[in-house]
Amino acid sequence: MGRELTPIVSRGFRGRRRDEGPPDRVPPGQYVTDDFPVLSAGPTPHVPLDEWDFALVGELDEARRWSWEEFRALPTEEVTVDIHCVTKWSKLDTVWEGVLVDAILDGVQTEAEYAVAFCDGGYTANLPLEDLTGGKAWVAYAYDGEPLDPEHGGPVRLLVPHLYFWKSAKWVRGLQLTTVDEPGFWESNGYHLYGDPWREQRYWGD
Amino acid sequence: MARAAVLGRLTWQVAEALEVVPETPRVKTILLDVPGWPGHLPGQHVDLRLTAEDGYQAQRSYSIASAPGTDVLELTVERIDDGEVSPYLTDELRPGDRFEIRGPVGGYFVWEPSRGGPLLLVAGGSGVVPLMAMLRHLDGAGEDVPATLLFSSRGWEDVIYRDELERLDGGSARVVHTLTRSQPDGWTGYSRRVDPEMLAEVGPATDERPHVYVCGPTPFVETVASALVELGHEPSQIRTERFGPTGG
Repeated sequence: MGRELTPIVSRGFRGRRRDEGPPDRVPPGQYVTDDFPVLSAGPTPHVPLDEWDFALVGELDEARRWSWEEFRALPTEEVTVDIHCVTKWSKLDTVWEGVLVDAILDGVQTEAEYAVAFCDGGYTANLPLEDLTGGKAWVAYAYDGEPLDPEHGGPVRLLVPHLYFWKSAKWVRGLQLTTVDEPGFWESNGYHLYGDPWREQRYWGD
Repeated sequence: MARAAVLGRLTWQVAEALEVVPETPRVKTILLDVPGWPGHLPGQHVDLRLTAEDGYQAQRSYSIASAPGTDVLELTVERIDDGEVSPYLTDELRPGDRFEIRGPVGGYFVWEPSRGGPLLLVAGGSGVVPLMAMLRHLDGAGEDVPATLLFSSRGWEDVIYRDELERLDGGSARVVHTLTRSQPDGWTGYSRRVDPEMLAEVGPATDERPHVYVCGPTPFVETVASALVELGHEPSQIRTERFGPTGG
């Protein structure tokens, strides 16, 4: 529509622009923050680590499960990535430690092309499997050198930095592999099924 | 997705400011004319986009304060001192000025009459805005749903929608204030941060299984939601919306 191509000018608005950030790292409609805002749909869950596990279920030869000790025995890496929240903030050069999703899927035989991350508190997020593999996604247990805070998703959250940050599901407890793309929590509540920040896929129909 | 097809794409729409109304020293309500506004549910928000003369743009999200079905769309904005968008909206915007909005957005932090009650709404500061849309909807629609608002503000002069809440109290809703930093002379209400004891006193009790909506700054929401779970409210009955210092 024409009005989208030629946005109207708001009289007297100049903008502060201090936080515009490098254009090749800040997607359209985003601004850079140094804070780490929190966005959740409900209370923060707290699960004791001796009751915690991580599961791989759904369309695969055999379901797999890791206790906290087994999960922490998997190979880990430190990554520095930019993250982009659909509520408009981006945060550059965030440092995480985690287990590559590739390591979790290592040796798995599956026909699945999608996955649903499921979490404590009932939250879910859907992703194509190819966005979780190939060194693009982690199950992160530390942020900025410290164990991940519960309000930021601890003990572990998914980390898929190339998609809007709601896909980096907090309090993740496992992945369900699926042959169809099943909308997760926010995806059923108006948010985009895929969520590419560079194409500004915020909401249904974007 | 069928629902996406029904709703269609959220396009940017021109909004014209009709009036800017001070609520408190830091908060203003903007009354907007949005031709073709598709309507909204109480609790939803909009994306707002400002464009400078050279094409520079900034976007933020703001909760809708007005009830569904009213002709004028209302946003209530708290001035964030080092913000980029909120100081423009609270200090510079005049009637007749225009910007763009896109929405309504959000399908979870909403209340519809079909959800029923009772309702417990817990607000910290400008977190009251989406909850006010729910209270206004209840009041306007004459819904027979018991609703309680527990509203934490710094002082009496910081209470957003104070006069309207006074009017609603005892009618379509029960309004309980707590003033955390300063209280007027003769204040007999709560004068501390929301805690489990206060939530238990204000009610409704957990066995009434209230639908609970909590909105405010992140530490407020964390504290209140944890206290509600501690009291025995089911986590799935508690819906939260949080904003941080970068909400400006």
